[in-house]
Amino acid sequence: MAQLPVELILMRQLASYLATPIFLVGPEGELLFYNEAAEGVLGYRFDEAVELPLAQWIREFPLFNTESGEPLSVDEIPVLRALRERDPVHGSLLYERPSGERVPVLATAIPLVGQGGRVLGAAAIFWPVSGGANA
Amino acid sequence: MRVEIWGSRGSLASPGASTVRYGGNTATLLVVGDEGEHLVLDAGTGIRPLGLKIPAEVRRVDVLITHLHMDHLQGLGFFQPIFRPDLEVHVWGPPSITMPLSARIGRYLSPPLFPVTLRQMPCRLELHDAEPYARIGSLRVRSDLVCHPGPTVGYRITSPGGKVLAYLPDHEPALGVDPFPASPEWTSGFDLAHRADLLVHDAQYTDDEYRDHVGWGHSSIRQLAAFARMAEVNHVAPFHHDPSHSDAEVDALAGELATLLPGAEVLPGAEGATFDL
Ligand SMILES: [Zn+2]
Ligand SMILES: [Zn+2]
Repeated sequence: MAQLPVELILMRQLASYLATPIFLVGPEGELLFYNEAAEGVLGYRFDEAVELPLAQWIREFPLFNTESGEPLSVDEIPVLRALRERDPVHGSLLYERPSGERVPVLATAIPLVGQGGRVLGAAAIFWPVSGGANA
Repeated sequence: MRVEIWGSRGSLASPGASTVRYGGNTATLLVVGDEGEHLVLDAGTGIRPLGLKIPAEVRRVDVLITHLHMDHLQGLGFFQPIFRPDLEVHVWGPPSITMPLSARIGRYLSPPLFPVTLRQMPCRLELHDAEPYARIGSLRVRSDLVCHPGPTVGYRITSPGGKVLAYLPDHEPALGVDPFPASPEWTSGFDLAHRADLLVHDAQYTDDEYRDHVGWGHSSIRQLAAFARMAEVNHVAPFHHDPSHSDAEVDALAGELATLLPGAEVLPGAEGATFDL
């Protein structure tokens, strides 16, 4: 696999230091990384998930509409909307943990625009609604 | 392709009795292509004596700047070819989304910090944002952002015969990577350095010194060894020597690197060293 752009490398390095849950996808929406804090929310260690293509991670991490309880479509997932629309996106959703429990989550996603204006991917910061970032 | 080191010191010029062998001038290399191309890598203080040695028949010089820290830019106004009206001088530097290269270089090369402006230089001067892939004469020049404070690129120069020089004078690929190295795709600078015939790379610190300089943008000798091993490089020139390091201390670091890289050739990143690739 070729070396990733240094902006993504630095983003991962930053995320790995932060206690804020962060989820990082590449230009095709593929999962590149999530940090330890995100492992706590998602219920899976990153080692178990490593670099899943888009179609796979959206199955492994089931997301649902907060009001209707319906599964979120690809077009509704904040990190993928940020990637596609090149705009920051903020929203609430439900995440189904491996135990089957659905937890309400607030997510803010930003497109990662590199030097020269290339969209390199997107990052989502998220946390459970009740528990705060340390949950 | 011939590679000459005209300055190998990092951060600040450091002349004196304790630095005569590795030299006190800051980062400057000359690359002479097989078809007579003259590429200058970085405009440290080594560029002044280098400029005096550019042959009169040369009509074009390309100055490839990795980033705008002073130790890589300070010599530009003292580079004799920029005073030659018959010469084309192309200056390449890291792209920025906020300010063109001319404006960023002009912050230093203008009064009150410097007596004249870039526009007043007699040569035919052209400034370019470093492109990911460029061609200068017969040489292919690749540039890519690397991990160092502020936009900084490294260069990979390939001769028509396929020989490769990788130049990453200021580089901290280990920042935030524990343990270092991670896999190649998550390692800054990997693509630039991979299987190069000569890697000129940051080797500013001992391991002890690095612990007090995390995030300053430079590498320890052990990190350079790990990076070179991952990049499958067999010829390494430790570079960007700390201004406080004497020749004996740089010798010791180069010796440690050679021990860490059995089978590889560690070539001194010394002012005056020449490599034929
Ligand atoms: Zn430097
Ligand atoms: Zn620097």
